[in-house]
Amino acid sequence: MDKKKRRLVSRTIILLLLGAALVFALYTNFTKEKNESLRKGSDAPNFVLTDMEGKEHMLSDYKGKGVFLNFWGTYCKPCEYEMPYMESQYKNYKDQGVEILAVNVGESDYAVNNFIAKHNLTFPVMIDNGSKVENAYRVDILPVTFLIDKKGEVVDIITGALTEESIQKHMERIKP
Amino acid sequence: MNEVKCDCGHVNPFGTKICSKCGMVLGNEKENKLIDMRYEGSARRSQTYKKTIIDKIWNFFSSVKVGVTLIVIALVASAIGTILPQEMYIPSTATPAEHYELEYGWFGKVYYELGFHNLYSSWWYLIIIGMLGISLLIASIDRFFPLYRSLKKQGVTRHDGFMKRQRIYGVTKLDEQDIDLEDVKKRLKKQRYHIREESGNILAEKGRFSRWGPYVNHIGLIIFLIGALLRSVPGMYIDKVLWLREGETKEIPGTNGEYYLQNNGFTLEVYDKENKEDEQYSAAIDKTGTIAKTYQSDVTLYEAQRETIPGEKVDLNKLKDFKIKVNEPLKHDHYALYQVDYKLDELSTMAFNLINKKTEENYGSLKVDLNNPQKKYELNKGYSVDLISYFPDFEFDEKGQPRTISKIPNNPAFIFKMYTPDKPDGEVSFVAIKETVEPLGENTYKMAFNGVETKDVTALTVRKDLTLWILFTGGIIFMVGVVQGSYWNHRRIWIKRKNEEILISGHTNKNWHGIKRDIKHAIESTSLCEPSDQLEEEKSSTKGEVLNG
Repeated sequence: MDKKKRRLVSRTIILLLLGAALVFALYTNFTKEKNESLRKGSDAPNFVLTDMEGKEHMLSDYKGKGVFLNFWGTYCKPCEYEMPYMESQYKNYKDQGVEILAVNVGESDYAVNNFIAKHNLTFPVMIDNGSKVENAYRVDILPVTFLIDKKGEVVDIITGALTEESIQKHMERIKP
Repeated sequence: MNEVKCDCGHVNPFGTKICSKCGMVLGNEKENKLIDMRYEGSARRSQTYKKTIIDKIWNFFSSVKVGVTLIVIALVASAIGTILPQEMYIPSTATPAEHYELEYGWFGKVYYELGFHNLYSSWWYLIIIGMLGISLLIASIDRFFPLYRSLKKQGVTRHDGFMKRQRIYGVTKLDEQDIDLEDVKKRLKKQRYHIREESGNILAEKGRFSRWGPYVNHIGLIIFLIGALLRSVPGMYIDKVLWLREGETKEIPGTNGEYYLQNNGFTLEVYDKENKEDEQYSAAIDKTGTIAKTYQSDVTLYEAQRETIPGEKVDLNKLKDFKIKVNEPLKHDHYALYQVDYKLDELSTMAFNLINKKTEENYGSLKVDLNNPQKKYELNKGYSVDLISYFPDFEFDEKGQPRTISKIPNNPAFIFKMYTPDKPDGEVSFVAIKETVEPLGENTYKMAFNGVETKDVTALTVRKDLTLWILFTGGIIFMVGVVQGSYWNHRRIWIKRKNEEILISGHTNKNWHGIKRDIKHAIESTSLCEPSDQLEEEKSSTKGEVLNG
């Protein structure tokens, strides 16, 4: 009887271990693709970039504030579409503790400066030369916006053009 | 769950077919002429209990039928995955949903819909492979331990019924005269048999370790599977592509900002018919056009001086210069960089002269860096040009407005404003490749095209594989198991004295000819009768029914 019990226990342990290995294999394989993009709820990777006025911005310095982190390119139509709305909402929310950081995907100073002048942008715009920040955020499609709350956590990731209304809603979500 | 007590006093576990001590046949094996010696007639663990759910799962995986079924399913599935290219091998510019249908018709569509374009990482394929691994392990545990135990415990004196039912069996009548078995023993020892004796009876055994071959083999397979499984663990396996323009320095993807690579130049050499050295290839060149001789990237590897956060300026330490060619990767710190692709002559700069359209007099030239243009270009005194707009990859949108579709200078276009002493307000000119438009009316001056500079771009595969040595170890152990089980045989010879008779029987797991030869040699020059092969006798007499040995 004792022997039987021991056998049951050892079988259970072996089966559990093997089952765990199988689940692990499935899990890592499934998350492999999701790992390719950042997930909601994870910590926003820190970065430091210099804006077109020469001011350095480090993401971790904005702890306690909400950050509307937008990746864009001058050649991307929907990016251009949402820029004026971001500008007008920036004026509303900058005093309420939400910052906009607009990261260009490694174009020339010339192209970015021209773009800023064309749309009269006042929020910090920075160029990610060498695509390092882009890689850290695993940016695939433009435009993409990462909503980062005061704790530095990614609340949501939105791809595609935003309307003024939806920008305002998103600003409310990350307002400290 | 009753245990089975044999006549000899040994207590065997339930399900035992042959007493592990004396070899008496237990249960319904008694009717057979020869006994099934598989697993020494020991009770396979799975067959003993069928009670709890755990035992039921265990029995499922222990079954050879289930194992073979899993192998067949895995084989068929793996084969299906090779019918069309997997998603990672189709051109990266294509959308999979469209590509498969476009390229392979309805079959491609079905293939894609069923998810076969990503077969090897699909959940069901992983489950089959995982179950196969579990089956391998449990079936091995279930068979190895009882077999090991019964071979360890086996007695020297065997029951008559056991000996009689061995495939090799013979009886020698003594007729008053005794036969000295010392000579037989000596000759068996010479043939590297281990001899055990018990009250005049002999058990000679050799090559028992070949019985462990299949289990060693399975351990190798399981290690191999573990290695394959570890590939999806972050940091164990990296396979990425790095595009690098000549002169450019970039972070090597997958290294977390630790290493940087600079492209000092890319060379593509082709075989040249005109060249004396390559003359021998002229027929082949005529047939296929150009044939590449070398793809080479001259690179410099750098290491970041400290860990940085993305975007931060890094100071780099030069590690080494290297020439990457096909099959000559740059290897460093488990990473390897392979030459994989290239793009020749990407536009890099474009030069213009400011000229008077009528007189064609030149008032200075400028060169636009297509990846980093300036806003203003000063020319001869009093002459300058503003770059109002720049479209690296130009096309007209629906409304007829110029726009760029990417940041890569594939088809650059410019809007210049030319300031000259006689036109102080400037003249606007739209300049694209082979095209000049004057949107605000006729101009006096124009930007005359004055040549381009190009750069080659190299593509390198970044590869890191820490699972390779695990796969290698698994493979070696696998082969050791195969050799162990194939090149050695487990042979046993039992010799038993019984009143006026001497019984000899023999068993081997393979190569029956070998054991017969061993016995023949051992009993040479004695009056012992050579035992016969009962299976062969039976075959020749009935020509039917074949038993498994």
